[in-house]
Parts: sequence; structure tokens; C-alpha cells
Amino acid sequence: MEYFVLFRRTNQIKEELRQVKRRHYTIAIREWKKKKFKNIHCLSVLIFLCLNSQGVRKSYREVIDVSWGDPHRAGVKPLSFVRQVLAACLYPQLMDGDKLMVDVKQRAQRLLKTCAGGSVGSYSDAAGIPQIIQSVSEYILRRDGGIPCHPENIYITPGSQWALTVTNILKVLVNSEASPRTGVLIPVPCHSTTIVSLTALGAVAVPYYLSEERGWALEVETLQQALDSAKGVCNPVALYIINPGNPAGYVQSRKCIQEVIHFAAEKKLFLLADEVYQDCVYGKESEFVSYKRALAEIGAPLSDTVELASFHTASKGLMGECGLRTGYVELVNLDPAVMKYINNLFSTNSCPVLGQVALDVMVNPPQPGDPSYPLYLKVRHFLFTITTGDANSLIINSFPSFSCQSLEGGAFAFPRVFLPPKAIEKAKAGLQPDTFYCMRLLEEAGVLFSPGTEYGQMEGTYHISFCIMTPTDTMEEILKRLSTFHKQFMREFILFASATERETK
Amino acid sequence: MSQQAVNGVSCRGKVLTVENMNPNVKRVEYAVRGPIVQRAVQIEKELREGVKKPFTEVIKANIGDAQAMGQRPITFFRQVLVLCSYPELLEDNKFPEDAKKRARRILDACGGHSIGAYSASQGIECIRQDVARYIERRDGGIPSNPDNIYLSTGASDAIVTILKLLVCGEGRDRTGVMISIPQYPLYSAALADLAAVQINYYLDEDNCWSLNVAELKRALNEAKQHCKPRVLCIINPGNPTGQVQSRQCIEDVIQFAKEEHLFLMADEVYQDNVYAEGCKFHSFKKVLFEMGPEYSSTVEMASFHSTSKCYMGECGFRGGYMEVINMDPEVKAQLTKLVSVRLCPPVPGQALLDLVVNPPQPDEPSYTLFTKERTAVLATLAEKARLTEEIFNEVPGITCNPVQGAMYTFPRITLPQKAIDKAKAEGKVPDMFYCMKLLEEEGICLVPGSGFGQKDGTFHFRMTILPPTEKLKVVLQKIRDFHLRFTNEFS
Repeated sequence: MEYFVLFRRTNQIKEELRQVKRRHYTIAIREWKKKKFKNIHCLSVLIFLCLNSQGVRKSYREVIDVSWGDPHRAGVKPLSFVRQVLAACLYPQLMDGDKLMVDVKQRAQRLLKTCAGGSVGSYSDAAGIPQIIQSVSEYILRRDGGIPCHPENIYITPGSQWALTVTNILKVLVNSEASPRTGVLIPVPCHSTTIVSLTALGAVAVPYYLSEERGWALEVETLQQALDSAKGVCNPVALYIINPGNPAGYVQSRKCIQEVIHFAAEKKLFLLADEVYQDCVYGKESEFVSYKRALAEIGAPLSDTVELASFHTASKGLMGECGLRTGYVELVNLDPAVMKYINNLFSTNSCPVLGQVALDVMVNPPQPGDPSYPLYLKVRHFLFTITTGDANSLIINSFPSFSCQSLEGGAFAFPRVFLPPKAIEKAKAGLQPDTFYCMRLLEEAGVLFSPGTEYGQMEGTYHISFCIMTPTDTMEEILKRLSTFHKQFMREFILFASATERETK
Repeated sequence: MSQQAVNGVSCRGKVLTVENMNPNVKRVEYAVRGPIVQRAVQIEKELREGVKKPFTEVIKANIGDAQAMGQRPITFFRQVLVLCSYPELLEDNKFPEDAKKRARRILDACGGHSIGAYSASQGIECIRQDVARYIERRDGGIPSNPDNIYLSTGASDAIVTILKLLVCGEGRDRTGVMISIPQYPLYSAALADLAAVQINYYLDEDNCWSLNVAELKRALNEAKQHCKPRVLCIINPGNPTGQVQSRQCIEDVIQFAKEEHLFLMADEVYQDNVYAEGCKFHSFKKVLFEMGPEYSSTVEMASFHSTSKCYMGECGFRGGYMEVINMDPEVKAQLTKLVSVRLCPPVPGQALLDLVVNPPQPDEPSYTLFTKERTAVLATLAEKARLTEEIFNEVPGITCNPVQGAMYTFPRITLPQKAIDKAKAEGKVPDMFYCMKLLEEEGICLVPGSGFGQKDGTFHFRMTILPPTEKLKVVLQKIRDFHLRFTNEFS
């Protein structure tokens, strides 16, 4: 995977920059000790000369890595309330005294009681801590306007990708011994882990293309085209949807979702709804509607028969706690006999307890009247303002040769880059053109984006992806560096083109 | 959803049915959390609802979960973890400097200085380096390369990942994996899931569950007729049997693996849990390298460790690692790709692992308390191991091998023929019948030996030695009384 090439180079550059910083620091201390300088100006000149003589010449001091949907990595601070609850659970002695607010203590005490031996160090039940599952089911009930949610259909897992692929649903769906092989419809673009998992399980990924010009809309015709392309190749059994999108920043409309459900019902497809960005919706006209809710609103008989698995996680949204590795899956309308086997599959598993604590906070945040509520509200407001997707897409669209669809939700921008032919030619020698662009961006501007190649795109188009859940000043810095780099890059490959053309004439 | 859907009555036209689902999944069973535990959970619910029983609580001696049974966590570890989770506490002078130093180092290695950021799929680099250094110290200086270390979500994750990599082929060429009987049922579950061929080699109960190469050879030769044996799994110290392999035995196993061209999987998660006089933990890697370059440069191996056992007992953190030795570089590249699918192991578990391999040193403030706590935990376990063996061996009809290590006892029980017949009449395996009855009458949850594998015609159960000493004594007495009653009832 080309991403590894970028990733390795990023680490190399980060290490080089760290060395520079260390040398900088060492020189400064040494010279300061000698007290040979009349003033700070002489010292800084010396340092500058030293650094440049080492041959390390970067126009930036730090690499900004926004290739992952990882808010903390991008500089967003964790939510205080959840971290305080985690701290109290880890080290209950903290609850003696007044350091922690009452609601933090109450939450920690309640959660510790749900742990065997009163410790977050013991195994939880295989499906997850029952009381937390109950909290999750109540959250889903509220979210979906009162549509019943049954705790026995919920499994807490070490991350949503784990639920989807490693332990659970795809594994049950995919019969690697079947002939023809099991197929799963996946969107283009789609995050790469799903594609790798499918192939590892022996399934076939059947792409359906989202319509970029129409804001990455999902049109049922493309689903049919995908099914047609699968004839004779594999047996499609499932339809994988990402809503809100990743990497493309769309939020599906209720109408669209219902059309997809009707299609799935008609073509006998199992619906896999990856809804991990459901709390990241900021488009003015956009509203998150869960597949489960849309299904229920369609009514019988579909609402009783269409099989659905929907996935959520503590890694995104306000929490951004990717490193804790916790998510859940809700299974709807599955055959009870199959559920028994799924139960068995899960029994070998155990989800990290700290992550489950974070999940409890996510589905049950501080409420008005709680002592921690004011701070929670403040942070929540701040986090929503930083993902002013629309503002970002406007800026990106102002760059020449960039085209970015309106950002309605999710954590990424996925603009299209119209690369000059000479750049494409130069790249094809070693890398995909968009990877080439990202590599140059990394080297020259110290910004790490992800190339569209990683996610799939229409033949002949190129995209880049970057996380927009970053603090405002980081985002400004990124756009500034991108703007400077992009102008230089375009000049190089358009001028270069014209120069060589003049020479050859 | 309608009530019909909730009750699952309307099952017509399902996309996913028992007939068309992945057939391998149907074969997956995991006795440690199987039907007996489900019944135990139900009984607990009934007790909470006020149903009268001959006991007031269910003692879950089925799962190796030390803290669930009251073992306290190591203070130092929790201090560093809380500092990592809530770095504001770094200003609090109630926490010792050595804890703060380690927390800062871990946070520096995390994206955005937060344990909430994804780490690299293989695990945080400086932690892998620390693990490599720990292994070098443990193994008397034999080098360990951090690039061969993969952090994982508990050892189970790493074990299943390696098996995924190793299983291939069709029909008679399908990979065969040798596993001890009795075994820890994660292995049999994973093998069923992957449709690998399970090759059973029997441990010798009459000789303290020792491993014989002759038995390995027998199992292998028989298996060669219907599959392609490629892997040999060994759990040392053993689970459920608790035997600690002698150095000679380990050398013999390595020799065997080399001759038969087998990939060795050494599950060493109980490496600090060694109690019996004369027993010592020898790491497979150390022995391999001490056997000389002819072995150390050729035998392919993976060894596994975890933060869930030993003296830490931090099962809920899901921390662990594996070290791969002599793996083909191209295969290793595939392994690296495979682990990237689950993104990364939980960061708190990685942080915890860093502390396990980097505990307080003699010149550090937390050293005294740490050592005291660690010693106390291991000493208590050793005492409970001894006590268990002693009490069980006093019961006619129960024979218990010494618990040399790990956390379990796997005694053999003699069941009267009438009981065996009654069990069969009820459609139950005899030791499951026995354990269910024990659960209903005494509220003690054990796992029947059939869940781990045993010689035909023999019956066992696995019990953890983890309940607090006083409670353990009561449990042992109750089992003794139950066994005598049971034998009487069915004589």
C-alpha cells in the first residue's frame, strides 16, 4: 500500500526534525554556559549557521499529520469529563477529597460497581458490560425517536472495524469455501481497511461509485450497475454503506436511505451501515437519520425482515478517543439461530474496559444541572466550531485546480485535484499521481495528507484526503502551507511543460 | 420493530441463515464462557431477584481473572496509567517522580500527547523497544529486535493473527496445527474458525502432565495422512494443567520442530506464575539461542505474552505482545499489513505493557512498594496452589497433579457409571453434568474438562486458584463435600 511509503517518509522527517531540535537545544545550552555572547542576537545567528551547515534545510519545524481521522493527533484536546471519569476508575483513591466534581465521582462509582471485583482490570462480559449496553440501547432509543432497541442485539467491541471484520459480521457472512465467492458491495471512495479485511476473509469487493458532481450522492442505479458487474464473478450478499461519509464528507438524505433499503430488500442484501460519524454533522441542510430509523419508518413488512448491522464508535465525534478502541454494533432482524452462533463467536472476545467507560460517557454525557455540564457544553461548542466544514470547502475551492464538494459531515475533506499532465507523467514512474502530490506536499510543506488512491476513485481522477477535525489555528496553518505549496507545484509542472515544449519545437 | 420480529418468529426470506452462513463459525466453541457460565449468570440474576438458593453468591472459578476475585492491582501501574489518562495530575505532588517520568515518556510517544490517538498498528515504537530490552534482560542478553515485536490486544489477538497467517491449503494439504490435550480452548476455537486441522498431542497425566516427544511423533505421523502439519503450539506454563516444562523438554520440542519443519507458537503468558520447588521458567527463545546457530537461525517461532496474568492480572486492559523469530521477511510484511486492519491495539494496554517491561528499579522511589506488592501476589498464588493440591488429593475420587504454575487446577474426577449413564440420558457430557449439578447445588462455577480436551473415558474440571485464600478453602471443602455426595447418590 502506497500509504506506507508516505508513512515511513513522515517518520523519517519527524526524526530528522527531532534531531535538529536536539542539536538546537544542545548548542544553545552549551554556548549560553560559555557566556560568550553579548546578547541573544549573536547566539541565534550562530545557531542558524550551525543548522544550515548540517545540510538540514526544511522550511517547517513540525510535520502536521492529518492523514488519519484522529482528532487528538491533530491537536484536539480530550473531553475533560471523560478523562476525569477514567482517572477515577483507574485510581479510586482520587475520589477521596475534593479534586473531582460530584458527577464525575458518581459516574465512576456507578461504573466501577459494574466491573467484576470493582476493578477496570477484570474481564468484562463477552458482549460488553451489561449496564453499559443498557445505556447504549437507551441512547439509540432516544436518537431514533423512540423506536425500540433491544440490549441483546448490541455487542461492544474493540473498535468498529473489529466488529465488522475481525470477530463478527463479515466473518459470519463470508463463506470462504463457497463457489462462487461471497461478494460485498462497497462504496467508492471507501476507507482502505474495509477492503483489506474483505480480501483477507476471501470475499470479493464489488465497488459502486458515488456521484462526485452531485455531492457524492448514492444513486440506486449505481447499486444496480455494481450488482450487474458481479454477475459471474461472485455472489453479492451484503451492501456496505458509510453514512456520514468517509473520506467524502456527505450525509445521506432520508429519501436516499429509504431507496437504498428498498433496493437491499429487493435484491436480498444484508445491510452493513457504518455510522461512526453520526455525531459529526454540520451541513446546514443536513440531518443524520440512522438506517434503523429509516427502516422502521418504512414499516412492515420491510421493517421486520431487512437485516441490518449498524456500527458506531467512541473514536470519532466529540470523544475522538481512537486509542481506547471501543465501539459497538447493533444487529437488527437477524435470524435467532444465527444470533446464537454470533454469541459463541463473541465469547472468545473481551473489549477493553476503559473504552467501555468512555462509551458510557459518549451515550450518556453530562446533562443540564450536572456540575460538569457547563464545561462540557463549552468544549462541545468549541469542537463544533472547528469543523466548520463549509468554510473549509470554500477556501479549498478557491485554490486553482481544486474542486471540493460541500462538506456536510464526517471528519475529512476529499477534494479533487486536477493534476497537470506532466506531473502525472513524472509520478507514474514510481507512484500513483496523487501519492506523488502528497509526497511532495510532505517533503516541501511538512503536511501529511492521504492520497485518493488509498480509497478508490474514478479512473483518471485524483483526490487528496485530510482530517478537518483540527484546532482552528492548525487548520489555518495547513491551508496556508497547502496554498503556498500548491502554487509552486502547479507552476513547476505547467512552466516545466511549457519550457520543454519550447525546447522540443 | 413488531413483536414478531423481536421474537424472531418471522424468519422467512432471511439473507443470512444457518444454512448459508460461514460454516466454520458454527464449529466455534469456547468452554471458558460457554453454557455453564451462561447458566451461572442466570443464577446470579435469580439471586438478585430474591430467588432462594442453597447459597448466597455464585463463585466464578471458571475464568483466569485475578482482579475479579479480589486481587488488588499494582499501585505503581495504576498511578502511571492515571497520569497518562488525565495529565493534569502531573502537577499533583501526591504522585511519585518515577511514575510521572514514565507517564511523560509514554505521552510524548502518543499522537497529540494523548492516549486517545491511534498509535502505529504494530504498537508505539518506544514501547516496542522497551519490550525488546525486557526480553534481552530476561534471556541473559540474547538480542531482541524491536521490529520483531508486535503489540496486540491481549495475547489472544496475536495468537489468532499468527494462525491466520499460517493456515492455508485445501483438502489433504490443509494446514495442521498441533495443540496439547488438554488445551486452552481459544486455540480450538480459532482452528475451527479458520478451518485448520487440529492435531491433538496428549500430555501425560500420570507424569505431572509432561510432554513426550514420542507422543508428538505419534500425533504428527498420524496427521500427515490427512493434512499438512505446519505448526506446533505449546503453552508454558500450561493452561489448564499448570505444568512448567523442563529445559530438556523445551530443547526436545525445538529439536522436533526443526526436524519436522514446524512453526513453533510458544504461549508464555504465565511466565511469572511458577510456584513449585525445582521448577523454573525457561523461555523458548532463550533455549533456542543457547542451542546454537544451527537452530537459532532456522527455527521459526512466535512467542506470546500478556498483561492479563502473572502478578498484574490486568485482563481488562487487553495488553499483550508477540515476538516473531526467523520469519521470512515477505511473510512479515504480510503480517504487518494484516495487523493494520484492526488499526491499533488499545493504547492504555500498550502503556501498561510498557510498565510491566519497565518496572521501578532499586534506585527509584516506587521500588519498595512495587516489590512488596508483586511478591505478595505471587506468594499468595503459590500458597493457594499448594493448598488446592493438598485438599483435592485428600478426596477419594479426585486426583490432583501438583499445580506447578499458571492459575488453575485440572484434577481428574472419578464418576460412577450410573452418573455417566444419567448424563448420557440427558444428552450431556458426563463432566458437564457433574459441573452443572455443582453449580446448581453449591453456586460454584467451574469448567468441565471436556471443554479443554482429555483422554477418552477420563473426566476433569478446571478450577482457578484465584479466590481469596479463606474463600478458596471454603470452595475446596464444598467441592469435596459435593463430590462425596455425588458419588454416594450415583453408586
